[in-house]
Amino acid sequence: MSEINILSFFVACVITNNFIFSRFLGVCPFLGVSKQVSTAFGMGVAVTFVMTFASLFTYFIYYGVLVTLKIEFMSTISFILVIATLVQFLEMAIKKFFPALYPSFGIYLPLITTNCAVLGVTVININESYNLLYSVMNGFFGALGFTLAIVLMAGVRERLENSNIPESMKGFPISLVSACLMAIGFMGFAGI
Amino acid sequence: MVIQKEKNMSKKNLKGIFLNGILDENPTFRLVLGTCPTLAVTTSASNGVGMGIAATIVLMGSNLVISSLRNFIPKKVRIPSFIVIICMFVTIVQMLLKAYLPDLNDALGVFIPLIVVNCIILARAEAFASKNAPLASLTDGLGMGLGFTLSLTLMGTIRELIGAGTIFGVTILGASYDPMKLVTVPAGGFLTYGLLLGIINAITNKKKNKKGDK
Repeated sequence: MSEINILSFFVACVITNNFIFSRFLGVCPFLGVSKQVSTAFGMGVAVTFVMTFASLFTYFIYYGVLVTLKIEFMSTISFILVIATLVQFLEMAIKKFFPALYPSFGIYLPLITTNCAVLGVTVININESYNLLYSVMNGFFGALGFTLAIVLMAGVRERLENSNIPESMKGFPISLVSACLMAIGFMGFAGI
Repeated sequence: MVIQKEKNMSKKNLKGIFLNGILDENPTFRLVLGTCPTLAVTTSASNGVGMGIAATIVLMGSNLVISSLRNFIPKKVRIPSFIVIICMFVTIVQMLLKAYLPDLNDALGVFIPLIVVNCIILARAEAFASKNAPLASLTDGLGMGLGFTLSLTLMGTIRELIGAGTIFGVTILGASYDPMKLVTVPAGGFLTYGLLLGIINAITNKKKNKKGDK
């Protein structure tokens, strides 16, 4: 596993296989929490934490518990419980140790449980049979890609607020059309 | 037409609940919930139908069980309990698909387990099933599920027709048609969804204005 492999994996996760623009995971928070750059960034940081640790823990749970007991069909239910617990723990930890940070991104934490990017990354790790290092990297880099996309989108939407948009295209429709243009941009990197 | 349906809703009869999911509160086009599967699986009409039916089964099952248990689940732990119930149905659907429709299972891929975190299902559990009787909840699940299925089929049909010139795999536009590949790639999904939402908004706005004139 050389450094070049890791670099190309990084580029693949962040840009060409971007969670939002090419895998369609996490589109709900991408549309819901991208009205301001600052909140979008907070959401991105929170998702990065959860996705990295969720990849780590589900790896041990899947190969340590589910495969040994031959109950792989329980994967979905155990993964979602791991994610929910993780989110709860993170919320408590932030409240206890970083009370100053809590108001800024504590409110996004409960939303992360139902973010499909988080459950998605754990399922993809198992489907692609990544090893421990790649699972964690997939979670971390994937989340970086998510953060990049949501922050860029928030920048676009801040501008859209001031532009003259036809009545029926306001809100979601125009955001989706701008997301389309951004997705074309990300597609351009596919040749790398 | 719409006014008639709203009257039905106020009576809270089953037909009203059923139509509510398909028209007034269509999960895809009016509530904009469950966007991830909507964008990802609608590259062809048959995938759209498959995903819609899988979600409908989960939605009906979870709505029925949650509303039957609504008086036993403590308020504080209701969200985790809902998720576990939903998970159970998703696992059942996933196993059935793997056994009987392996092709569809491969096409939908990661989005079958992801039905668990589909916002529509948890939203209906929280907003409807936890407050209403089992029969009404089952009807709500069926209506919402069919609304979701119809929207996915519509998007799948449009994307398949423009992107490949076929509908349900049947050639419609003939050999002389040059398929527009953009519509089938992810960017096209965003574009189709955005434009469809815009068109539907335009139609409803027109209706509202007419109502205002009267």
